[in-house]
Amino acid sequence: MSNIPSELKYATSHEWVRNEGDGTVTIGITEHAQGLLGDMVFVELPDVGDEISTGDDVAVAESVKAASDIYAPVSGEVIEVNEDLEDSPELVNSDAFGDGWLFKVKLDDAAELDALLDAEGYANSIDDE
Amino acid sequence: MTNKTVLHAKHLECGAKMVDFYGWEMPINYGSQIEEHHAVRTNAGMFDVSHMTIVDIQGSDAKAFLRRLVINDVAKLEVAGKALYTGMCNEEGGVIDDLIVYFYTDTEYRLVVNSATREKDLAWINKQAADYSVTITERPEFAMIAIQGPQAKAKVATLLTAEQTAAVDGMKPFFSVQAGDLFIATTGYTGENGYEIALPADMAADFWQQLVDAGVTPCGLGARDTLRLEAGMNLYGLDMDETVSPLAANMAWTIAWDDADRNFIGRDVLTAQRAAGDQHKLVGLVMEAKGVLRTGLKVITEHGEGVITSGTFSPTLGYSIAMARVPRAVKLEDTVQVEMRKKSVDVKVIKPSFVRNGKKVC
Repeated sequence: MSNIPSELKYATSHEWVRNEGDGTVTIGITEHAQGLLGDMVFVELPDVGDEISTGDDVAVAESVKAASDIYAPVSGEVIEVNEDLEDSPELVNSDAFGDGWLFKVKLDDAAELDALLDAEGYANSIDDE
Repeated sequence: MTNKTVLHAKHLECGAKMVDFYGWEMPINYGSQIEEHHAVRTNAGMFDVSHMTIVDIQGSDAKAFLRRLVINDVAKLEVAGKALYTGMCNEEGGVIDDLIVYFYTDTEYRLVVNSATREKDLAWINKQAADYSVTITERPEFAMIAIQGPQAKAKVATLLTAEQTAAVDGMKPFFSVQAGDLFIATTGYTGENGYEIALPADMAADFWQQLVDAGVTPCGLGARDTLRLEAGMNLYGLDMDETVSPLAANMAWTIAWDDADRNFIGRDVLTAQRAAGDQHKLVGLVMEAKGVLRTGLKVITEHGEGVITSGTFSPTLGYSIAMARVPRAVKLEDTVQVEMRKKSVDVKVIKPSFVRNGKKVC
């Protein structure tokens, strides 16, 4: 069973969202998702300043095995991207919930977070796969 | 029903992630495909290839039969143990399978064919053998382990008896020998030195464990694919199949034309294709930009379209490589375009060989 931190929110498409409490969130993909994808070789991130909307494909995780779209779990403005992934995409594999974060977003509407799954909901959703 | 090799329990012990591979439950990796890949390039790794099919061909017509069955000429084989890579074509000149033929005497040969094509291969071989005095014997009682990498032979050496050590001493690439219980061949699928060893199934788990204890890294099908693609070796079902001529699959070198009287299956069609010069060809592609070339992507050239047959990220080189079937007029060093996701990307055409003995060759 994959690690699913209880303090995070989740999308069924395997992104996690950490509420930083200041109107911004940090976004990554779950440990479960990186396990399915296998060794990461490139991560294509959005640009800082991009306006993204929930459900948009905003990034691409390329593993040895496959390229997978990463979807915006919330709407807002991209305010920072994880530049360490440029040289070390394997951080997504080794620390999906930590150093392997993808990008940060300034929320358009904090209420959107309520629509995301909690850890239990996400655990159930991957059990159903 | 899913088949399991006799090493299945060992794979689980080693932490393998198992997948279905043409009806066989096989390890895709044991944690990290890339680490396994590097283990083979820099040290020694091993693969369970027990799902591959060993077929012994024996009898007074064995040589004549194989001279008909495969596109290379087994008459070239004169030294006991010598191996030959070749293809087996249908009457239309399409590749039924690629295989290795091991020679012992003019009446004794061993074939190793792909697992994915086992049933159709055996049906075809048996059908073609009807008019020949040969016996065709599948050998499922053997397991097979490939040990590959610069340290592979040294690690295996620690497990061999004095007699076996003497038997493999100085053995050149593409040879084989039966040494005690072990059938040891200097063949492989990674572009590294090493062995492919067939042994009685009941010995396989112990042998595997001894190799683990000797420091050989268990490697899954994932690493096997990135290694073979770096080495520029074809994979049946991707780089060729029954709809593809060996001339279009970088296998022309395995066709022996010299003896005009040798009527191998597909010869008429292949002769006409060769004269017409109209077959596509299989080339290598390299893309140093970000992204990964994948099977099925369209290749655009000034001479027409082609397609990527196998593509991957090369862990040794740090960028993406591929094999692609393109119009014959495309030349080495040409720049062509690949349609990737939402963009068109320039890639360079090279010979389909990228890494040999751990070193970049492209």
